[in-house]
Order: sequence, then structure tokens, then C-alpha cells
Amino acid sequence: MTISHFSAVVLFSLFTSIVFGITQRSEPKKMAQFGALCFVLFVGGTIAASWLMWFIKH
Amino acid sequence: MTKAQGYAVAGGKAVEENTVGGVSPVLVLLAGWLVPGAGHLLLRKWWRAGLLALSIVGMFAIGIALKGKVYQMNFGEPLDMLGSAGDLGAGLLYGLARFLGWGQDPVLVAVADYGTKFIVVGGLLNIIAAVDAHSLAIGRKRS
Repeated sequence: MTISHFSAVVLFSLFTSIVFGITQRSEPKKMAQFGALCFVLFVGGTIAASWLMWFIKH
Repeated sequence: MTKAQGYAVAGGKAVEENTVGGVSPVLVLLAGWLVPGAGHLLLRKWWRAGLLALSIVGMFAIGIALKGKVYQMNFGEPLDMLGSAGDLGAGLLYGLARFLGWGQDPVLVAVADYGTKFIVVGGLLNIIAAVDAHSLAIGRKRS
């Protein structure tokens, strides 16, 4: 099996965010909110770091 | 025992003796570690159990499919020890992988290295999930 780097980021972020959301909050609504926040931070942070590395290289 | 922000505040032993749903907290912890989501299943948290199982087994399966490395117990190499500790968190999945010889090929490409991380993080997430189930079982986490 081969996946793109972006797909790996999305899958990693999705599964990790689900576990973080369920385990770090007590109410279903808060779980969903925290999980969504983690997902956005994971993916956004990776994209930001990628652009930073691109600028350093160029 | 007093409660603040959804968590019980009490001495260790008093908390350990407090069970929720009549299931032993130690059993919940062990089940959650051995089988992803089983701790929450014992506590009848159906949706949480399903999502946790899907996420952790998914992480582990993707890691194996990407030809990630499953660490062996190697006490001579500190990084291998840390890796195997993370892998061991996956419980029976780790045993199954070792038994069937999964993840023993050398890591040659970047995607396979990602697979290694998926497997380790899957194990670590399973430990978090098992501890969460234990916290629910002893009443430290309200719901």
C-alpha cells in the first residue's frame, strides 16, 4: 500500500483527533469540538511547517 | 469525595474502591489495553468504544499496510526500547503482529517510516484510551 504524504497527514490527524476528543473531554459536544480543533491544528500545523521549510530552502 | 469540573477529588485508595457500573476498574484497564475500545465497551459506552477501536485499529492496520516496522524487545538500543514500549501499548495487536511476523522488513522508503510512526502512535493512543476507561470506571471522570 502506498499513500501520499498529505493523505498520511490527514489519516494520522483524523484518528489521533478522535481519540483525543473522546478521552480529553467529558461531554459529547465538547468531545466533537475538541476533536475538530485537534484535527485543524494537526493539519494546519503540518501545512504551516511545510511552507516554512519551503521558504527556508528557497 | 467531592467533585470538581467532572473529576472526583479524593485519595488514591478511596477512588480505586469506587466502581461505576459494577465492573472492576482493573478489568476495564486490562481489557482496554488488550483490545482497543474494550474498556469503554465494558462500561457500555458503545459509540466511544466503536470510535476508539476504529481509530486505534485503523492506525495500526495502516502502519502495517505501509510496511512500517514493528519493534522487538531490544534492551541494547534505547530508541528500540522506546519504540517497542509504544508498540506494546497496542496490546493483542502487537502480539498478533509479532506472531504473524508483520513489520519485520527493513524500512527503505519514507512512507514505510510513516507506517512505523502510525504503529507506535496507535499503541500510545490505546494506552490513553485504556486509562480513560479506567478513569470512567473509578469515577474520576464523570462521563
